[in-house]
Order: sequence, then structure tokens, then C-alpha cells
Amino acid sequence: MRYLFALTILLWPCASLAQDWEDRQVFNANASGTVLRVISSTDTALFAPFIEDFVAANKDITVEYLVTSTADIDRQIRAKPGDFDIAVSSAMDLQLKLTNDGFALRLEDVSHPSWAQWRQSLFAFTAEPAAIVFNRAAFTGHSIPRTRQELIEALRARPEVFRGRIGTYDVRKSGLGYLFATQDARASETFWRLTEVMGALDVRLYCCSGDMIDDLANGTLVVAYNVLGSYAAARGQSQNALEIVLPSDFPTTMMRTAFVSRRSSNPAVAEAFIRHLVTSQSVAPKGTHLLPPLDTLNDNVESAAIALEPALMTFLDKLKRKKFLTEWENAVIQK
Amino acid sequence: MKFLLVEDNHDLATAICSRMHQDGHVIDHAANLEDARAFAQTGEYDLILLDIMLPDGDGRTFLKQHRAGKLDTPVIVLTARSQVSDRIGSLDLGADDYVTKPFDHAELDARCRAVLRRKSGKSTTIFELGGVTFDPVSGHLTVQNEVLNLRNRELRLLEVLINAPGQIFSKQKLADRLFSYDDDQSENAIEVYIGRLRKHLDTSDLSITTLRGLGYRLDHV
Amino acid sequence: MSENLAPSGSLRNRLALTLIGGAAILALLVFFIVRNYAAQVAQQSQDNILNASATAILDAASIRDGEVQIDIPYAAFSMLSTPADDRVFYALYENDELLTGYEGLATPQNSNDRQNSFQTIEFQDEFVRTVAATRTLIGADKRIHLQVVLAQTQSALSQTLAQISSNAAMLGLGFFGLAAVLSFLATTSTIGQLKRLTTSVTRRGPQDLRPFEKPVPTEMLPLVSSLNSLMARLETSLAQSEDFIAEAAHRVRTPLATVRSYAEATLHRVEKEENRDAMRAMVRAIDESSRAAGQLLDHAMITFRADRLEKQDFDLRELVEDLVTRLTPVAEMKHLEIRLTSEEAVFCAGDPILVQNAVRNLIDNALKYSNPESLIEISVTSQPGVKVEICDRGPGFGGGNFDTLTNRFERGKNADKTIGSGLGLTIAKDVALAHGGGLTLTNRKGGGSCVIFSL
Repeated sequence: MRYLFALTILLWPCASLAQDWEDRQVFNANASGTVLRVISSTDTALFAPFIEDFVAANKDITVEYLVTSTADIDRQIRAKPGDFDIAVSSAMDLQLKLTNDGFALRLEDVSHPSWAQWRQSLFAFTAEPAAIVFNRAAFTGHSIPRTRQELIEALRARPEVFRGRIGTYDVRKSGLGYLFATQDARASETFWRLTEVMGALDVRLYCCSGDMIDDLANGTLVVAYNVLGSYAAARGQSQNALEIVLPSDFPTTMMRTAFVSRRSSNPAVAEAFIRHLVTSQSVAPKGTHLLPPLDTLNDNVESAAIALEPALMTFLDKLKRKKFLTEWENAVIQK
Repeated sequence: MKFLLVEDNHDLATAICSRMHQDGHVIDHAANLEDARAFAQTGEYDLILLDIMLPDGDGRTFLKQHRAGKLDTPVIVLTARSQVSDRIGSLDLGADDYVTKPFDHAELDARCRAVLRRKSGKSTTIFELGGVTFDPVSGHLTVQNEVLNLRNRELRLLEVLINAPGQIFSKQKLADRLFSYDDDQSENAIEVYIGRLRKHLDTSDLSITTLRGLGYRLDHV
Repeated sequence: MSENLAPSGSLRNRLALTLIGGAAILALLVFFIVRNYAAQVAQQSQDNILNASATAILDAASIRDGEVQIDIPYAAFSMLSTPADDRVFYALYENDELLTGYEGLATPQNSNDRQNSFQTIEFQDEFVRTVAATRTLIGADKRIHLQVVLAQTQSALSQTLAQISSNAAMLGLGFFGLAAVLSFLATTSTIGQLKRLTTSVTRRGPQDLRPFEKPVPTEMLPLVSSLNSLMARLETSLAQSEDFIAEAAHRVRTPLATVRSYAEATLHRVEKEENRDAMRAMVRAIDESSRAAGQLLDHAMITFRADRLEKQDFDLRELVEDLVTRLTPVAEMKHLEIRLTSEEAVFCAGDPILVQNAVRNLIDNALKYSNPESLIEISVTSQPGVKVEICDRGPGFGGGNFDTLTNRFERGKNADKTIGSGLGLTIAKDVALAHGGGLTLTNRKGGGSCVIFSL
């Protein structure tokens, strides 16, 4: 009961904010030209440099940047595709299905490797692995687990440390969370065992990475599983407080993707922005990125990233999703 | 002069022979190659007149054999064929000249003389009369050891007269003999030639007498 | 006689076009056959994968707690990923009711458990290839008829097909190019045979009518043997013509000779002036006809020879000298003198018989038209070109047209009184032209005319 309440408290902001935007910012508001409407799941702070560079080069363009959840992005695009010019999301599966269903505009002449784009409509521009983030303080004297298996053992070893202090995505609410979970489950049985263990330890469920990392930082959480390491790093938390571990047994790397809405009223400008986005993330030198760049020349990145292919739609199938969620709920929520 | 005529056309042969007789020549007639060969072997001829188209062969065969037999009697070929090469061929084979039918007797006569002159300059007939030696072939008139060259017509005139000394020839007859039928000469030209001959014969025993209304006559004084 | 033959098509072109045309048609055929086959194979390929995917999906279906569970394997869609990123649509039907998937994906009528059915339809503005697979699940108390419809766009297929098409086109073009080259070579070699025969024919001199004996290909044998028999017939015909002309000459002239001799003889015998005039007229008439016949026959012979002109080297001076020697007696008869001046030796190339005939005709003319006791001057020179010049003191050519004088039977104004057929100049001109030279007529100062016969 307590947990339900806690869950509700946690989820409330997410729920209430579902009607409004998580964030809304207008860049270059005084420009005389077109307004580019971007709907995205990325924090404004992390995405702002792209927009600023773009409007600096195109002074007559205004960019309206709207932030919401990945599930919401999917809903909004399907409902009102003409309202937006660009959709940016970390939920590769949802983005791919949107593209498959004809909501994305085909862009010619964007040079991008075939594995980093789909149908020349959906373009990946980051490579962000799922990470396990630890609060160092809690592990003084203990080695920090490097694999999922090690995490399981660590959790089992000191359940009192971790009870109620583990966090992960609520896969029912978060698109990225669902993606990471399903890809994990595909890869190995370890995922289910870990989920059961976490469930037994009253794992906290979050809708968003940001909140998870905040709670990690302030000590509410000790371990956050399947969180975006990039966010943890980008959030500028003290290096000493948090340890970001990329599980070495099997890495799950998400690629953030963007597409131009088929019903966009400014397709040319939108296309230019995508081009700009893609080039900035592939070409610009290291160290200047807030979001991890996409190293298009690195074969390891290609093999580690979740494949942009129709198979991503499998877990979006009604029946399959229902089945997975049922199993997941059974594992995570233990009464 | 003594001629052999080899010609198969009887009429033509008769005509030629009578004309030759008129001119004072002796002429034998063979109508085919066989006879021709026979004649040629037995007789001594000054000149052979040879037709090409003969009933028993080509006249040129006779010619070839004639020459092969080392006989050098001059041969004039009478031909009606128009084959230019025939004429040339005849000459190559040893004919001395050729005449195409129909021919002008005067021309034939002139050619005969020319051929004979070329050959040896000798003829079997030399007139010696009254201190005058006359070779009709070469045209030389020797009067008192002086050799005079006569022109064609004078030559012919003298030949006619000297062939029949004492015979009267009318101007007309002489004109016939001297001129071709198409010559525009009047009979008065005869007087001119007679006059010239008289001059040549001045120093000899021969003289030409004018018989008014009758003609002329060569006299041996 | 050299007409310009009008060509009717070229044998080489025809052969080459036929071969190349055939090659083109074959190449096109090859292209279409390959393309068709490729299309079938490519489609078969796509169908196989769709089939496998559908099977994988159905294999993952089961009944649990009375409900149909379908755990769509990840691999089922993974295998549908193509290099062209084709779109994928699916629908699952339970007893013809949509269980999950896309709405509006048509269910083909004629599928059954044993055989999956394939179709190409339009869905969401694109052509998709669909497979429909069915399975009947037997539960405790019911039968559930499951059907899965999988659809995939055909971009990858089109790309593959385009690739194969262009390869097939390249193949076709390559084949065509090769065939064209081979055709050309074959044609050239075949026509070469004909060319060789042509060269061999051309190289022959005009008089050469011997049959062709060189070996030729079988197909050309009929042509060559026809050619040979044609030449044989031509040779015969020519010989016959020559013989005919000779025979005609003989038959015409012999009687004429007879008549003339008798007429001449009679002329000497008759006394009466009018009879003599009559005789003279007869002889004149005979001479005219005989000369006419002679010249006509000569003219015919010359034309004949000139057409088949075969040149040889000879000394023109020697030839003219012989002529002058021969004609001197006649000249003397008429109290005319012929004087010949010439260079040492004048060599030229031509037909000596034709040249002799021409020059003789010109000298004849001079003899005929000269004033009595005048001089005929003949000169033979080689500079600037080989020529024979014959000048006489006669009436000269009247002020008329020099050109027309050489036309057949044309006689000048001053020639009325003399006998002649007028062919003399024509013959001389024809011979000169046949040798590439010409005939020039001029009047002399002080009376008379000059004729220049040049080769």
C-alpha cells in the first residue's frame, strides 16, 4: 500500500504533466521567417546547442522546442502529424513504427551509414549505452558490480542496503524503459532474474532518467538500473558521487533518432535541421558534445547499437506487449 | 613489164588484164593459189598482183610460201578487206605494197613503178632506140650518155609513145593514158608535155611528129 | 561506253544489317528473358522469406487457458529487414476477427493449411507483397482458425531487379557489340571475296576475254561461270562482227572494182564526148561510193578498236614515214610533193593501226584538196606534246565552223567539187580523242589549211 502511494507520488508529476509539456522553449523568437516546431524527449539543456547553432546560421528561423515523454510523442504524432515539423525521441521502436506507418518524410541526399538510418527517413544521431549507475558512498569497502550477474549477487548479499533504494524505468510508462527492458530480455535470461531480485527488494519505478539520477544524487537511490549513462554524466553531477558502469556482459546501446513529419509545413527547413543535427554529431570533434556523438566509422558502435529494423516492432505488438508487461509486472511488483 | 595477176573474180581479172595490155605490158592470170604457184615457179615475173580472198585459200599463204622459197619477186596485194590489220599483216608477211579495191589504174600503175624502183631499179624492159635508152621503171632517159630525169607525166607519155613507135596517138588517147578520169586537165596540157619531151629528145635520133588533126607520133629518124 | 550503274542496295550493308539486326533482336530477347527470369527468382526469394516469417509467427501460437497466445518471435520481423529498409505490415486473425496488427490488411480468400497464398496488393500508398498463412489450433473444446497476413514493400526487390536489369542490359549490349563486330568482320571477309573478283576483272585489259580460272567460293561459281560464258559469247560476237565487217567490205568492193575497171577501160575506147562524159561520171560515182564504203567500214572498225583501246609504244616518225613512202606515188601522179620533217625518233603510246589510219586519212585529204603542183608539208614533233602537223596549199577551210567539220559527213564550203564522204576528219578526230589528244584545224596565211593531229 505504501508502495502504491509512493508510486503514485512519483508518477503524479509525470501523469499531471502529460497534459502539458515537460518543457517548452522558443529559440530566436524575433525572427521573421518560419517557425520550426520540434517535439522531443531530450532535455532542453542537452539539445539546446544544436538549436542555437542552427538559428545562428539561419537567422530568420524560429525554433519552438517542446519536451514530452516518448509515449506522448508517439500519440501526438499519430493524432496530429501536421502540428509538428520534427520528432526527436530516444524510443527507437516507437520512432521506427511511426516511420513504418508512414509518418516520416523521406529525405534524399543525407549521407549517413545505412545502419544509422532507416528508409532515409529516420536518422540516428547519438550512441548512448544503457548503464547501471551507483552511488559510490554505498559501496565503500565493496567492489562495484561490473556485470548484471555481479549486481544480482551484490543485491542478494546485502538486501538491507538496497531495499527500496533501487530504481529503474517503469516500462509501462517509459518508452525508452520498455525498449531497454525488452532488448535486455531478448539478450539473456539474466534480465528476468535481475528483475525478480529487484522486485523482491521493492524497486522504485520512474518514468524518466532525470528523476532517477536526481534521486541517485541525493541519496534516495543507491543503484539505478538501465539508466542513460550520458544523462548521468551530462547532468554534471559530481564525478565522485556517482559511478557509471556499462555492463560488460552485454551492452545495450540506444540511438536517439529524429525524423521530419510527413505533414510538416516547412519540410525544407526541417530537412536542413536534420542535416545539421546529423553532421554535428558525426563530424564535430570530441569533447564538444553534450550528447554522446555517433561515431559512424566505428564498427563496435554499429554492432553494439540496437538495430534499426522492423523487428523493433515486435515488442510493440499488442499481444506481445501485453504478455511482456504481465510477466514484468509479476516480476517487479510483488505483493 | 611482165605481171602475174592472181585474182579469182573473172570480170575484174579480165578488166585488169585488158588495161595492162593496153599499156603494153604482158600479164598472166591465175584464178587460184594452185595455178598461182605453178605460174610463179615457171615464169619470171617483174611483179605479182595478189588478191587475198581466193577460193582455195588465203593469198597470204601464197605470199609466205613465196618468200620462204627465197623468191624476191615484188608483190602488191589487192585487197577488198577492210581489216586494217590485214593490210599491215600483208606487209609484215613480205608484200611490198597493197592496193584496196576498187582502185584507180593510174594509182596501181604508179605503185607498181614505185615498188619496182625500190626493189632493184632494174626492169626487164629497157628501150633502146635511136641513141636513147629509156628505163620506164626508174624513169631514166639517157640521151647521148646524158641521163635525164623525167617527171611523172612526161615519163608516161614517153613510155606510151616509145612502146609503139610509128603509131599515131590522138590527144584524147594520150590524155586518157596520162590523166585520171577526174583530172581537170584539158588536152592542151598534152601539148605542153609533148613540147617538154621534144626538148629532151632534141639531141637524139628520136623525134615526135605532130600530125594536125590526128595526133602525135614518135619517129625514129 | 561507261554508264553509271544505279546501285540497288548494298550487299555488304544488307548482310551487315541483317546480321546486326538479328543480333539486336537476340540481344533484346536475351535481356527480356533474363529480366523475366530474374524477376521470378527475386520474387521467389522474397516470398520464401515472407513464408518463413509467417511460419515462425504461427509456430509461436498456442492456446493457453482457452486463449490464443501468440508470442511473435523477434526473428520473424528481423528476417524481413532488407537493404532498402522495406516497410512491414502484419495482421493476425482469429476466426476471421482481427486479433492484433494493422487494420485493413486484406485477407486473401483462397488460403488453406497446406499452402500459403501470395499476392501483390496496394496498402498505405505502396505496393506490398503479402503472404497469408493459416493454422488451425485445436483446443480442449474448440477449433481456432488462425491466419497471419504478412506484407512487405518491394523496394529491395525493385532495386535488385533494377540491378539485374542493368546487368542484363550490359550483357545484352556486350553481346550485341560483339555480334556487331563479328558481323562486320564476317561481312567484310565475305564481300572481300567479291572485291577480289572485281579487282581481277578490272585488271584485265580491254581485249582480254579469257575465262576466269581462279578458284572462287561455291556461291560465286554460278556468277563466274555466267561471266565466263558471257565473255565467250561476247568474244564470239565480236569476232563475228569483225568477220562481218571484213566480209561486207569484200563483197561490196570486189564488184565495185570490176565495174570501175570496165568503166575506165570503156572510157578509153569511146570517142564521142558525151559518152566519155557519161563514163567519167560513172567512174566518179563508183569512186565516191567506194570511198564512202571504205571510210564507213574504216570508221566502224576504228570505233570498235578505240573503245577497246590497248596502247603500245611505237615510233610515230617511222609510222608517218612509211605512210609518206606509200603515198608518194599517188602524190607524184598528181604532181604534188610531200615533204616530211621530223625529229630523230618520236616515241609515243597508242594504237599504231588507229594512228596510221587517221594520219593516212589526213594525208589523203591533203592530196585531194591541194592545188596542183603544190607542196604538202608534214612534220612530226614531240614537244610540247606528240603531234603530227599536215599543211597543204589548197582552198583552205571555208570561214565556217571548224567544229562541225569534224562531224560525220560534214564537208566544208570549199570542198564541193571534190569527191569524198567527209569522214576523213571525223576518223582522225575520233582516233585523236580516243588517245586523249585532239584535232585542230586552221587556215594558212596565203591560202591552204593545216591540220594538227595530237596524241
